[in-house]
Amino acid sequence: MSKVLNKKDIISIRDLSEIEIKTILNLAKKFKKKLPKKYLLNKIIAHCFFEPSTRTRLSFETATLRLGGQIIGFSGSKNLSIKKGENLQDTIKTISCYADLIIIRHSLEGSARLAAEVSDKPIINAGDGANQHPTQALSDLFTLQEAQGDLEGLSIAFVGDLKYGRTVHSLVQLCALFNMRLFLVSPSILGLPEIICDELKHKGIRFSFHANLDEVISKIDILYMTRLQQERFTQSEHQLFEKQYILTLDKLKKVKSNLNILHPLPRGLEIDKTIDETPYALYFKQVTNAIYVRQAVLSLLLEK
Amino acid sequence: MSKTRSVSAIENGVVIDHIPAGQSLKIIRLLHVVNSKQRVTLGLNLRSTSLKLKDLIKIENRLLTPQEIDHVAIFAPGATISRIENFKVSIKINCELPKTIRDVLVCPNLNCINHVESKGYFKLESSSNHVKLRCFYCEKQFDRDQVEEICL
Repeated sequence: MSKVLNKKDIISIRDLSEIEIKTILNLAKKFKKKLPKKYLLNKIIAHCFFEPSTRTRLSFETATLRLGGQIIGFSGSKNLSIKKGENLQDTIKTISCYADLIIIRHSLEGSARLAAEVSDKPIINAGDGANQHPTQALSDLFTLQEAQGDLEGLSIAFVGDLKYGRTVHSLVQLCALFNMRLFLVSPSILGLPEIICDELKHKGIRFSFHANLDEVISKIDILYMTRLQQERFTQSEHQLFEKQYILTLDKLKKVKSNLNILHPLPRGLEIDKTIDETPYALYFKQVTNAIYVRQAVLSLLLEK
Repeated sequence: MSKTRSVSAIENGVVIDHIPAGQSLKIIRLLHVVNSKQRVTLGLNLRSTSLKLKDLIKIENRLLTPQEIDHVAIFAPGATISRIENFKVSIKINCELPKTIRDVLVCPNLNCINHVESKGYFKLESSSNHVKLRCFYCEKQFDRDQVEEICL
């Protein structure tokens, strides 16, 4: 197995080279075809979910168990020493004494980076506030490559909350590697952060802003939907946004035949359930594929 | 008409010149000279051929460490720093923007871990004299004027 990621941390997509990304995806592909060896035998993986998670936590647990690893950890910070005033750095240093690798989900942005600074064991960021969720983005990329083959030059629309959606922030940066054309569809208050737009400009990536999904749906190969969080709007705003950003069967009449619809889940009302049965829907495949990608990441980081 | 100095000469110490107008008070705060016993002379909005208006700071009996020179460079990337001995310039250096700055400024993002623990750590980027700081932790980027110094 490749040693390019051995003992490294996976904190942000920005840190990964093209070779490292390809190595992860190629290994995930192998793992999907053939049950992998028990690469994590006698390894203890700490799953530290300081904030709740269903999919990411269970996906990492499944990946760890399939590779023969053992799990310690927690979900939620209710019963931790943090409640007694212990800071994150001391908590992580302590866990580093028990585990061979630490997976961290935390509500504060930059928490995974800080954890990596103080830990002598590899850290995987499983979501830090609205910042990054690199393994989700890698899983999305894996699913897209599987469905579309070559991604070079394809068109993708990101729809919904592009401001706070950490999976979008990570995936947009990966799309730039394939020179994809980006359509950014969101209410103006939930647009993609300026810093990411600046990076796209700097890399020469073509992108445009849109207020309505109907404007772009016939032009795209990939539709990446995200959850609109009700608490961010007034009721009247939410009703208006729902009409503009909810995907229903009738909106799919003029789409390209190769269209793929992705969503990092959990979903709200933004994808009507009738779409689940169409050949376009890939969001549950994303969940399955995420396990292979996380198996690949875990194996590569702890490769002897 | 004879020319006179806007700010009087010092015998020993350091002169920070060519500071963009309006930035000197931030530099004064960063260098922690306000509560020190050192005599500080400050020139604001002085005429300058390159900047049109500039600020200038003279601090008597004080030298700057390389780290402090980096701090000056964040707010005045084109400044010159002269060491003065017996009223003469003994060494003159041009400020260069450092690649990173640590433990001096705090991240403006209230949801950044920097607000709870750890001190500020930024990567600095500059394009056409416009300095941007990217927080090492939350990865957000800010204009120089958005970022405040850590209160000591």
